[in-house]
Amino acid sequence: MTAINPAGRDVNHHILSVLVQNRPGVLARVASLFARRGYNIFSLAVAPAEEEGMSRITIVVDVESAPLEQIVKQLFKLIDVVKISELDPRHSVERELLLATVRVGSDERGQVLELVNIFEGKILAVGVEALTVSLEGHPDKLDDFEAMLGGYGIVELQRTGRVALPKLDRQARLRSMSTPSSPSSPNTPKGKVS
Amino acid sequence: MTATPAHGTRMTGAQALIKALEAERVEVMFGLPGGCILPAYDPLLESSIRHILVRHEQGAGHMAEGYAHVTGRPGVAMVTSGPAATNLVTPLMDAYMDSIPMVGITGQVGTAAIGTDAFQECDTVGITRSVTKHNELIMSADDIPMAVRQAFHIATTGRPGPTLIDVPKDVLQNEMTWYWPTDGELDASLPGYRPTTKGHARMIKEAAKLILASERPVLYAGGGILKARAAEALRELAELTDIRVVTTLMARGAFPDDHPLCLGMPGMHGNATAITAMQKSDLLIALGARFDDRITGKVDAFAPEAKIIHVDIDPAEQGKVRRPDVPIVGDAKYVITEIVKAIRDLLAGGETQADTTAWKSRISGWQEQFPLAYASSEPGEALKPQYCLEKLRDAAPESTILASGVGQHQMWASQYWNFNEPYTWVNSGGLGTMGFSIPAAIGAKMGRPDRTVWAIDGDGCFQMTAQELVTATVERIPIKVGLLNNSYLGMVRQWQEMFYDERYSEVYLSTDLPDYVKWAESMGCVAIRVESPEEVEPAIEKANSINDRSVVVEFRVDAGEKVFPMVPAGSGNDDVLLHPSQSERRDFLK
Repeated sequence: MTAINPAGRDVNHHILSVLVQNRPGVLARVASLFARRGYNIFSLAVAPAEEEGMSRITIVVDVESAPLEQIVKQLFKLIDVVKISELDPRHSVERELLLATVRVGSDERGQVLELVNIFEGKILAVGVEALTVSLEGHPDKLDDFEAMLGGYGIVELQRTGRVALPKLDRQARLRSMSTPSSPSSPNTPKGKVS
Repeated sequence: MTATPAHGTRMTGAQALIKALEAERVEVMFGLPGGCILPAYDPLLESSIRHILVRHEQGAGHMAEGYAHVTGRPGVAMVTSGPAATNLVTPLMDAYMDSIPMVGITGQVGTAAIGTDAFQECDTVGITRSVTKHNELIMSADDIPMAVRQAFHIATTGRPGPTLIDVPKDVLQNEMTWYWPTDGELDASLPGYRPTTKGHARMIKEAAKLILASERPVLYAGGGILKARAAEALRELAELTDIRVVTTLMARGAFPDDHPLCLGMPGMHGNATAITAMQKSDLLIALGARFDDRITGKVDAFAPEAKIIHVDIDPAEQGKVRRPDVPIVGDAKYVITEIVKAIRDLLAGGETQADTTAWKSRISGWQEQFPLAYASSEPGEALKPQYCLEKLRDAAPESTILASGVGQHQMWASQYWNFNEPYTWVNSGGLGTMGFSIPAAIGAKMGRPDRTVWAIDGDGCFQMTAQELVTATVERIPIKVGLLNNSYLGMVRQWQEMFYDERYSEVYLSTDLPDYVKWAESMGCVAIRVESPEEVEPAIEKANSINDRSVVVEFRVDAGEKVFPMVPAGSGNDDVLLHPSQSERRDFLK
């Protein structure tokens, strides 16, 4: 069954950028397909895309749970899915946002402020015994920040899940998936529009 | 047919729904009204569409499937919300598994009541999401024509399957302005749906070369041959190359059983020759087949020396179970026709086909050694189910359609019948839905009223959906039921006998309870009970002579009879269990 696992650094993950028609239930369709077929999701982020009526779902999938090719092909069978791009982490820009409320006494406040500074994060709110901070950046950087904050007692922490775009110089190499019998790779479905 | 209204005509959503079904050339639909779908039943009174009133919504769904099986046209089932929608779930899943084009229409509570746990409310699109190819909740009467067009388009194109539209009561009652979407508008509304039908030219040529080079080829024909209307193309390919054909449970009739190249059904209860030919093959040409676990047995041990050409319209089937050497995504009819052309071109260019003489003689040897076998009953012994099926087969009028439930009787029906024409076999393959046969046979008879339709059923299955014989009587859709009553859930009994040390747990039904003859008669059928071999032929003759109402022939058969051959679940196909009378010869299969 689908589990939402934290994406550790050594984990074999892939990023799928899925363009969907923004219709009621589309997220449920994607989620239930992952559940039904036993694919694991590391993270998932959804927002309206640049095209009107479309949304982009960024899914970080665990390719240990199923071959990526099967995941992509099954996703493509959903009528609302218009295009799927596989983003190789090495050729992509990945970003994520983290919010955290940390319990800090007056003696520790300085250390946390320094930590936030080093990571180039922001202080969003200051209380008598707690701080709320934010950090935007590469998910690996967020992992490090989260680990460091852990020493101070995290009250609440929320991460958005990653979003990604291909690196500019690699745009041409973006693997875009459309009609399944394209000459280059008859075995893999390719994006309908690129 | 009722004339399609002019664009711009004002009408209710309910009228638009029925008009849209007419515009899709629906001639018959199966259903049962109730609260939320009530508005749609009113304009039905003026419609050209014939509505068959069922006794249970599951029956409506299986009838729609049976209709689709034999006609290739989408079956339509219309029911109300809540419990009616949930009763439709089984047929939807059945159609999804077997790629049957079907459109379900469900009523829904008013839009303002959605999410309030209103009377007979259920999350129909949520519940049916994973059992349909696509589904939609329609929130405005204006959307009805487009939603209906999409539902039929998606159900019937690409890999066919069931779709569902869920229509709230107020959406049916509200007014809208009629329109009918053009093909262009339909395509534009579904930017993510473009099934690939044309196979890749280079791959097709590659397939042709492999076929000519193979010394031990087998054509592995699946249900996709029937969906793609590719039976003729398959025959041309088989005859051109002199390659033997196996037809899966879903493909019975896709290649004629009486054709010298036909090896019949492979798989868990396939015949030893079909199973072994696949196992020993060096090239499996899979056409609209999906390497189901009932075909492959243990996947790691399946056809270990075979290269695979896999033709399927669904890209996700390529490599799902077995990695193909030559994957071809496309419509089976198109691709097979192109493969035939490519082979002819190669032959014309001087290429020759590898010598398959030794392979063909091995196959003939298996056929001689391992025909289907059962022990005939001695006088005074219980009737054999296989004997009943042989007699039914031999007496059946030409082009008879056979529908089946699920279990031993289904396997015997598939084994012992001769399917010489496509679209004469209606069964539940993937889902294995007990109770499928009677409603499916009724749907088939509606689709092909000129044909004799026999439903082969077991006593377990019969008790699940027999009430639809009332529908058959009232609606004057005469079918014939061959009920193989062995007083058991026979296939479960077989597994308990073979794999659970004869520890029979909850499988005995009863021989006399219910009294099937009285029950059938009470539903308006002619009923005949058969208990001994000499009664079999006269009963079948009588049944075949009655065409103004349904007939139920109850055959009291031997409960100890088992289906052979059998590949036990989890075993490889090399470990097929033969009929005890043949097991001494099993080394011959090596």
